[in-house]
Amino acid sequence: MAGRIRIRAQQQGDHTEVKALMRHPMETGQRKDQAGQAIPAHFIEEVTMTHNGNVVMHAYWGAAVSANPFLGVQFAGGAAGDEVVVTWRDNKGETGEGSTQIR
Amino acid sequence: MRNAIIVGISLLGAVMLVATSAAQDGIFDEYREMMGDDNPAIFVIDEGEEYWYTPAGPNDVSLEACDLGLGAGVVEGAYARFPRYFEDADRVMDLEARLEYCMVTLQGRTPEEIHAKPYSLRGDLGTEMEALSAWLADQSAGVPVVSSQDHPKEREMYALGEQLFYYRAGPHDFSCATCHGQANMRIRLQALANLSGHDGAAEAYTTWPAYRISEGVVRTMGWRMRDCFRQQRLPELIMGSPASVALQTYLAVNASGAEIAAPGLKR
Amino acid sequence: MLKFTMALALCTVAALVSAEPVTDVLRASMKDKNQATLARVEQDDVQRFCSKPRSEPGDLDTMNAIRAKSMAAVKHPADGKYLGDWQAGAEVANNGRGLQYSDDPSAPNGGNCYACHQLDPREVAYGTIGPSLTNYGLRGQSDVVLKYTWTKMWDTHAYNTCSHMPRFGAQGILTEQQLKDVMAYLLDPASPVNQPIEADN
Repeated sequence: MAGRIRIRAQQQGDHTEVKALMRHPMETGQRKDQAGQAIPAHFIEEVTMTHNGNVVMHAYWGAAVSANPFLGVQFAGGAAGDEVVVTWRDNKGETGEGSTQIR
Repeated sequence: MRNAIIVGISLLGAVMLVATSAAQDGIFDEYREMMGDDNPAIFVIDEGEEYWYTPAGPNDVSLEACDLGLGAGVVEGAYARFPRYFEDADRVMDLEARLEYCMVTLQGRTPEEIHAKPYSLRGDLGTEMEALSAWLADQSAGVPVVSSQDHPKEREMYALGEQLFYYRAGPHDFSCATCHGQANMRIRLQALANLSGHDGAAEAYTTWPAYRISEGVVRTMGWRMRDCFRQQRLPELIMGSPASVALQTYLAVNASGAEIAAPGLKR
Repeated sequence: MLKFTMALALCTVAALVSAEPVTDVLRASMKDKNQATLARVEQDDVQRFCSKPRSEPGDLDTMNAIRAKSMAAVKHPADGKYLGDWQAGAEVANNGRGLQYSDDPSAPNGGNCYACHQLDPREVAYGTIGPSLTNYGLRGQSDVVLKYTWTKMWDTHAYNTCSHMPRFGAQGILTEQQLKDVMAYLLDPASPVNQPIEADN
């Protein structure tokens, strides 16, 4: 079930608005399960967004971001049909990716 | 005199502060707007569809032949017609009861296995029942709720549901009506829907199952009722039981005509 | 056990007639979980009489009998002291735990007053199921006020039959000491419940 991202990118005049919903448990490592055992930390550490191959956003995340993170980003420029790609890497080395075309 | 004015103004300030925080729901509405129609439940919906079409159980058969009331395998619009009487089982069923029935009769699974852990516990990422409920609710998105009262057993369920709604019990003497029997009440800052009337029932019934942000999983209506009973200091509600069906019938009939807006998004 | 319960549930539904006691249905629809056992589904006189919409008054004679019985059963503090420590009372008022099957039975129960009432005006997270108790201490501490407040918490039905407020004393939800502490939270002039919010200047 690794790496699912749902993305929507919409042109808004001189900038583009991107909304991305990621599937990830974002475990802090602090929670305990029903048996009282700590659930191991498992969270996204790095997120990158590209527009036609160029990086427009690069972020370092931590355990404070909640489960199934919702990301909203605006960047200057962008035209209908351009490709926007979002990728993430988590603390276990797993990755996720999703792409869409700007509407 | 001046002191009285100062005290008066500060009390007014306190009232205004309180009034603003009573609009707690307004802040959540802003958040909802930001997300648009994005809802982490969309991933769970996909999982539910997978469960429906994947063979399981000793019979190694999928749920495709399950009749949810509109004919074998017809899923579009089916959830909006629950709870309803089913002739093959000769009883009124809510969605979870019906899914269990199909799992048992089609797939050969046991009630024990299905009841062992139908709902996510802390640290879980979602269960089969939650995923199926999310997908089936999505298949009824925008469809008006029509819970039939044609069959005498359906009418009995409504009457029973109403009695259960007002049934006071447990060390705290709580009934459903304690919290949900009047309009414009809240617990702490959580607004409470008046489920005994159409508007409140509609608002509540049409938005479950729902993705619960605080838990990171989809929760079903059956789970919501189980958790209400827990908070009422009562024992554990059995999924798909007569009480569960009766209460859901009461809600669905009260909500008649309102459009399903599930899976919803809740705090 | 579960098979039995399921079979019982199905049999119960099959035999259902509109006069079916609701209690039987609940017994067949629930199972024991930790401290929340099926015994809790059985109703006493108060619960049975009060299982109705708020707008329905119910039979007047029965109501009066319940009210009198509740009043007669109130246990006032043996040492005659009604007021404890308001700081401890604040904790009881804020604590929403106790008696759920998810709660630790060895931990003290809370009163969860803020679920339904406003108390300290600085606390914005309060409920509206019950009336505001801010400035409750303005009533003073006469014998009448002390007894009334105590009785209300011990068993609200002594005054307001079929109120939805839990019977904190009669049902053993709070201990005598906890009740005294909540009394202080309500009535002590030093309690934040009775301190207006400071004017900023």
